[in-house]
Amino acid sequence: MTLLPDATGHFGDFGGKFVPEALNAALAELASEFSRASEDPTFIAELRRLQRDYSGRPTPITVADNFSTLCGNARILLKREDLNHTGAHKINNVLGQALLTKRMGKTRVIAETGAGQHGVATATAAALMGLECRVYMGEVDTKRQALNVARMQLLGAEVYAVAAGSRTLKDAMNEAMREWVSSVETTHYLIGTVAGPHPFPWMVRELQRIISTEARAQMIEDHGGLPDHVAACVGGGSNALGMFADFIPDEGVKLWGYEAAGDGIETGRHAATISAGTMGVLHGARTYVLQNEDGQTIESHSISAGLDYPGVGPEHAWLAKSGRATYEGVTDAEAMQAFGELTRTEGIMPAIETAHALAGVKRLGLRLAEEQPDARPTILVCLSGRGDKDVSTAFEWFGMSGEPDMVVGGME
Amino acid sequence: MSSVATNRFTDESRLGISGKVLAACAAQNRAALIAYLPVGYPSVDQSLEAFRALTDGVGVDLVEIGIPYSDPVLDGIVIQHATTKALSRGVRTRDAFRAARAVAERGCTPLVMTYWNLIEQYGPDEFARDLKEAGGAGVITPDLTPDEAGVWRAATDKYELDRIFLVAPSSTDDRIASTMAACRGWVYATSVMGVTGTRTTTSSAAPVIASRARAADHQLPVGIGLGVSNGDQAAEVAKYADAVIVGSALLRCLDSDGADMPGDLDRLRALVDELADGVRRGRA
Repeated sequence: MTLLPDATGHFGDFGGKFVPEALNAALAELASEFSRASEDPTFIAELRRLQRDYSGRPTPITVADNFSTLCGNARILLKREDLNHTGAHKINNVLGQALLTKRMGKTRVIAETGAGQHGVATATAAALMGLECRVYMGEVDTKRQALNVARMQLLGAEVYAVAAGSRTLKDAMNEAMREWVSSVETTHYLIGTVAGPHPFPWMVRELQRIISTEARAQMIEDHGGLPDHVAACVGGGSNALGMFADFIPDEGVKLWGYEAAGDGIETGRHAATISAGTMGVLHGARTYVLQNEDGQTIESHSISAGLDYPGVGPEHAWLAKSGRATYEGVTDAEAMQAFGELTRTEGIMPAIETAHALAGVKRLGLRLAEEQPDARPTILVCLSGRGDKDVSTAFEWFGMSGEPDMVVGGME
Repeated sequence: MSSVATNRFTDESRLGISGKVLAACAAQNRAALIAYLPVGYPSVDQSLEAFRALTDGVGVDLVEIGIPYSDPVLDGIVIQHATTKALSRGVRTRDAFRAARAVAERGCTPLVMTYWNLIEQYGPDEFARDLKEAGGAGVITPDLTPDEAGVWRAATDKYELDRIFLVAPSSTDDRIASTMAACRGWVYATSVMGVTGTRTTTSSAAPVIASRARAADHQLPVGIGLGVSNGDQAAEVAKYADAVIVGSALLRCLDSDGADMPGDLDRLRALVDELADGVRRGRA
């Protein structure tokens, strides 16, 4: 099996480095510094220590027996990335890049964020390591996620609202890239997903790989061997690649990525980049993009801010094209149903992003039960984040009143 | 004082079309003036008027036609605002060819400046073909470096178009040399670490990047961009650059957003006159 990406950051036709020349030197430095760090026992030991003592790794696998009853004959297992510090897999990447920032002698990080999860994780690592931090967030998102703006500010980060373009995640990424062109000498751009120019898709995958390294060993040791299927939600795609990475060579393990189909792919209001996009260049890499005939990016739509992105990591594009992984869309409605079901059956409230993967594996389990009624397939799904941040969205979606069920003990 | 020898640009195959214009300016012992405006702002037709106005009077030596893009990572706020409006008003990639034709009809040399995805979606071969047919001289690609330019080199060779890549203060000497070797026409040196936009002072990094580029490859003209907004700055940059590139300052002349085009065009012509005078007195 060829090792991907190649030396210039290509995954087959995808990936590469489409950036202003001013950033080329910094990207080259980052690639070689990350290569060196990956082989430096001191760096590795420090990262391991943080993962264990700060983030709380290893995260467990929970067997979801109750939720499994909704999924045909399948046995569903959850890799619990929601139990990380800050509540999602994002911290895995952030701790690694923040350590790397210090190693490169830089004192400041910038980041883009959609819902605010990556921004909060970055602000957290910056607080821990004494780095200055500025987070770019689309103006629309700062209003939708005011609580996360406050969280970042409490952690000591500056939050810049981006009022350009569509005022969402993609514009926050543009603005961070623009700032980085000017500040690259002192500043590291801490990209939150497996997108962007080389070396980001590779580096972020390697920092997220720990998800599948742990999960693969846990499956073999505690759950009877390799799973038949591995699944995750895909926006930019970092939790999915972390979940897939160590299983990619296991040819018997099927890989499933679930994209946000919003109101339905046929409505045009979705973020299903692989299912409905076309090949193009966005944010420094060739990948699948939601774009019009001219190549202008089309705004994406999803109830989940973390999946609301019109591009996707180039390695996912490659995995889709090569057939190693299969990608399907999950609508807002399907995801919210699964959100409710996991919460009620397992007492685990997933992030709405993660709920897309849960709806996907439910569909998969039911389909497998029809195709092979006698089989008892095992499906391992990445529970990428917890849903506390999504309570207000759920409140609106389910039309809740906020009223208590009963008032007792009052006086007439 | 002139630090620029006038007879170094002799290799016609490297100068292509636009490099010969710069070489002719060098033969007059002056820097060339290159003007950028985006097509489609305030509207496509009004932008064609603006492109024509750049060639009035003494005029500019080369015109850079920018194609608006939804995700312009190297553009500052002035250009972003204009291109966002142009897109919402329906500008298309193919409108750049109308603009090229309008400039070429005025006897001036048009180039296109565009982010790579727009060429990739149009089809690199088709884009080069249609630009050539419209009288275009070549393309500046701010987010395409020679590393990723295999297909583009083939298309620009086939249609004999110039291809202008960027170098930056952060580029290593080797990188500057290899980038310039991949260019035809001239090389675009970004003089500051930053995005487009006017600045009150020209960067101290500008003469450094110009001389580094010249040391790396003295046969290819060097254009300096990012930050020039008036005649004095143009004169200053003209001392050491083969071409002075002005964009945001020209675009700001159009800030009535189409409400007063005659007034805007008068201001545009006046600024072009001032800049054209600047590049001519720079080495006096």
